[in-house]
Amino acid sequence: MSFLSIQDLTVRLRGNLPILRRVSIDVAAGEVRALVGESGAGKSMIGKSVLGTLPQALGITGGRIILDGEDLEQLSPRARRQRIGAKVALIPQDPLTALNPSRRVGPQITNRLVDILGWSRKAAEARALELLEEVHIPDPARVMRAYPHELSGGMRQRILIASAFAAEPKLIIADEPTTALDVTVQKQILRLISEMQQRHGTALLFVTHDLGVVSKVCQTMTVLYSGMVVEDTNVRDFFASPGHPYSAALLAATPKYTDPDGSLTPVPDAVIRAVEEEVAGFDREMEGAP
Amino acid sequence: MSDVIYDVKDLRLSFPDMSRKPILGPAPRIEILKGLTFQIPKGEVLGIVGGSGSGKSTLGRALIRLIEPDSGQIDFEGTDITHMGEDELRPLRRRFQMIFQDPLSSLNPRRRVAGIIAGPLRLQGLEGIDTRVNEALDMVGLPRSFASRYPHELSGGQRQRVGIARAIALSPDFILADEIVSGLDVSSQAQVLNLLEELVRELGLTLAFISHDLSVIRRLCSRILVLYQGEIVENAATADLFAAPAAPYTQELLSAIPLPDPDQVWA
Repeated sequence: MSFLSIQDLTVRLRGNLPILRRVSIDVAAGEVRALVGESGAGKSMIGKSVLGTLPQALGITGGRIILDGEDLEQLSPRARRQRIGAKVALIPQDPLTALNPSRRVGPQITNRLVDILGWSRKAAEARALELLEEVHIPDPARVMRAYPHELSGGMRQRILIASAFAAEPKLIIADEPTTALDVTVQKQILRLISEMQQRHGTALLFVTHDLGVVSKVCQTMTVLYSGMVVEDTNVRDFFASPGHPYSAALLAATPKYTDPDGSLTPVPDAVIRAVEEEVAGFDREMEGAP
Repeated sequence: MSDVIYDVKDLRLSFPDMSRKPILGPAPRIEILKGLTFQIPKGEVLGIVGGSGSGKSTLGRALIRLIEPDSGQIDFEGTDITHMGEDELRPLRRRFQMIFQDPLSSLNPRRRVAGIIAGPLRLQGLEGIDTRVNEALDMVGLPRSFASRYPHELSGGQRQRVGIARAIALSPDFILADEIVSGLDVSSQAQVLNLLEELVRELGLTLAFISHDLSVIRRLCSRILVLYQGEIVENAATADLFAAPAAPYTQELLSAIPLPDPDQVWA
């Protein structure tokens, strides 16, 4: 029984152009699943569909999202917000834009607990301090009073991780959480996310374009192209032998510093044409049986 | 002498730190480059690596004199350009060009591709601009019909090709490429890197390639400069650096890269 079950999810731009094409993804409790694809593949839109934060021009036109046994579409907007707020959290990509620059860090962690989940301010503050300590922030009491600009990128990302785990969600959506960071900081942050995920037994939907990161953090993965699921597999199998020509080409195009003068193979045009063909065929089928 | 394109000695550069400026009086200065000495031989593809804040972009901008260093000396083909004025620099600018990180913000959205590539050619007072624009498009593998398109009509990889075309249209001796593939998907990344490699070989260019990504650097560069907090911690041939990284920072950098391989020991 999976914790999150996305079934045949179709998202369209203004009810017309498909952005996600009948995407089905299951995430079991405690599972770490990567959503992989190039820009425009729709990987972030899956997370946004679950969180209910799709851009205005986009709308869900088909399929179901079942969270912890409940179909989100069947709930009232208020109940849906409450369920999502209690069970799902987000670690965003850019830690600078995700934090309000004119407010201290502390309230930005505690407000969610107080406003949405109805904790007392005191309990929320104690919880925030405890979490900052857990994400290895030195002197958490001082950091609670700091403004975001006073902290480094790595520190800000740690704060967002603490904030995501604050309400003990069952599922965290991490949207390219380390893309803006240096490799050395990225390593620390990825370690931290894995460590926290294991300790809390949280399921993780990890959106990324970096297959290197996938191989370090995730157990299962879904490869997307143009809003269509190209491959759904576990990480070890994928790196041993990718199951689709497009995913194989993607892996071959990923640079590896251990390959001496290994020439990079761009994704061949023939592969792109074939997968575009597949998408077109899929669309015809979708129109045939709406 | 003649086979060195850049000779840099004890280069120092600082910026005012406005966040700590007292109400009265000048802001304290924050040192970005702390005495860098190195040479770039003709025909070399030099990789410049470092974390954010290491000064790699500042170094690049000082090399092509978009900013003026505090002290030290930069010789470009035997000419001291360290403190040269803009008028003196202009004729030289044709010989060192830059490709920028983000093609969307470095290409004027209101001009067509032809106008973008022709701009620097006109400023340099060159003849036969249309021919040169077409040749540049051919060299970067874009159809000539793209000349009449606007940047927003192109994909990320195509835009970056326009940036490259603009730089090579002037037939420069030296090109600075600052993180030019970090915004691209892996598929277009590979294409742009392959193109750059081809151009360097065919046109006999000298290239400084700034990147935070050692995988990309290894693929393209013959020599690598590792910067850490404004200082050169390692300057080695590519093969040597990967075989036996000498500086602790280089070792840390290498071991932090997640390889697309679940069996990598990533401790």
